[in-house]
Amino acid sequence: MPSKKRDAPEINASSMADIAFLLLVFFLVTTTIKKDTGLQVLLPPWSEDEPDPTKLKARNVFEVFVNADNQLLVRDEQLRASKLRERAKEFIFNPTGREDLSESPNKAIISLKNDRSTNYETYLTVYNELQAAYNELWDEQAQRDYKKPYAELNKAQQKDVRAKIPFVISEQEPDNVDG
Amino acid sequence: MSKFKKKRGKGTPGITTASLPDIIFMLLFFFMVVTSMRDTTNLVKLSLPSASEVKKIENKELVSYINIGVPVNPELHGTAPRIQLNDAISGKEGIPLFVEQERVKKGEAKRDKMIMSLKADEEVTMGIITDVKQELRKVNQLRINYQAGQRTGELK
Repeated sequence: MPSKKRDAPEINASSMADIAFLLLVFFLVTTTIKKDTGLQVLLPPWSEDEPDPTKLKARNVFEVFVNADNQLLVRDEQLRASKLRERAKEFIFNPTGREDLSESPNKAIISLKNDRSTNYETYLTVYNELQAAYNELWDEQAQRDYKKPYAELNKAQQKDVRAKIPFVISEQEPDNVDG
Repeated sequence: MSKFKKKRGKGTPGITTASLPDIIFMLLFFFMVVTSMRDTTNLVKLSLPSASEVKKIENKELVSYINIGVPVNPELHGTAPRIQLNDAISGKEGIPLFVEQERVKKGEAKRDKMIMSLKADEEVTMGIITDVKQELRKVNQLRINYQAGQRTGELK
């Protein structure tokens, strides 16, 4: 019989690769390697009693207030958010030695206050600008001390730069206009 | 018979593709293992704000998430911004327990380095954010992260 001598037909596996490829592509497309980015903040520890701001000299405090209509008040003067960075840098470093700006960078304190109705995006924009002001100052300090940008310094050098210009931010309990 | 024999004898044999499926499967499994599926579904609408000074979180194992936004399902959870912890909409009273659970999950060594990432919709107001921050401060969870995307353009 001829049928006995014939080999059993092989299972055609050439489409296996295609099927596997399809699965692979499916997973590549559906899974997203998400990068978590954001502004990292260290909150102050909880204490029942409010800090007393009268101990600080007025010239060392940079008051920023964001009201319920998302308007910005910086040291009793209305300001646009895009101008905040420049203003904060000038306050912290005080290059011209003005009487009403901070005595030295390590005495400067940012006081941030907002309303409960303030938009989160606006708040974050303001916080971002303050952070940006410090980032730029750290970069400048790093260039002066080490002739390198801040990001290229090692941990100890970065700490040293940050100690010279510490980022001190004090967030007040928010107002509540709407009730 | 003779017909088959002739064919085998002549010509260069084709490149065998028998191992191709195995290679692809290996790749497939690699991707399946490496990429992590999202384990929670968002019950609130999230459109994250953007900022220019954002930093990447190096160690994702340290991160826990709190979602804040308007519920996707208004019939069930209303239209006011709410807090989502794990897979449930919760009030701010749920935060201490949630933080404790997350700390247990992270294990002894990483507990102190835990970062609480606030994924808040850009439209919410600061009231709810402040409440969350205060609750976190009370349970001494001080490392937080305002989740935001990278802003590319200039500030208006």
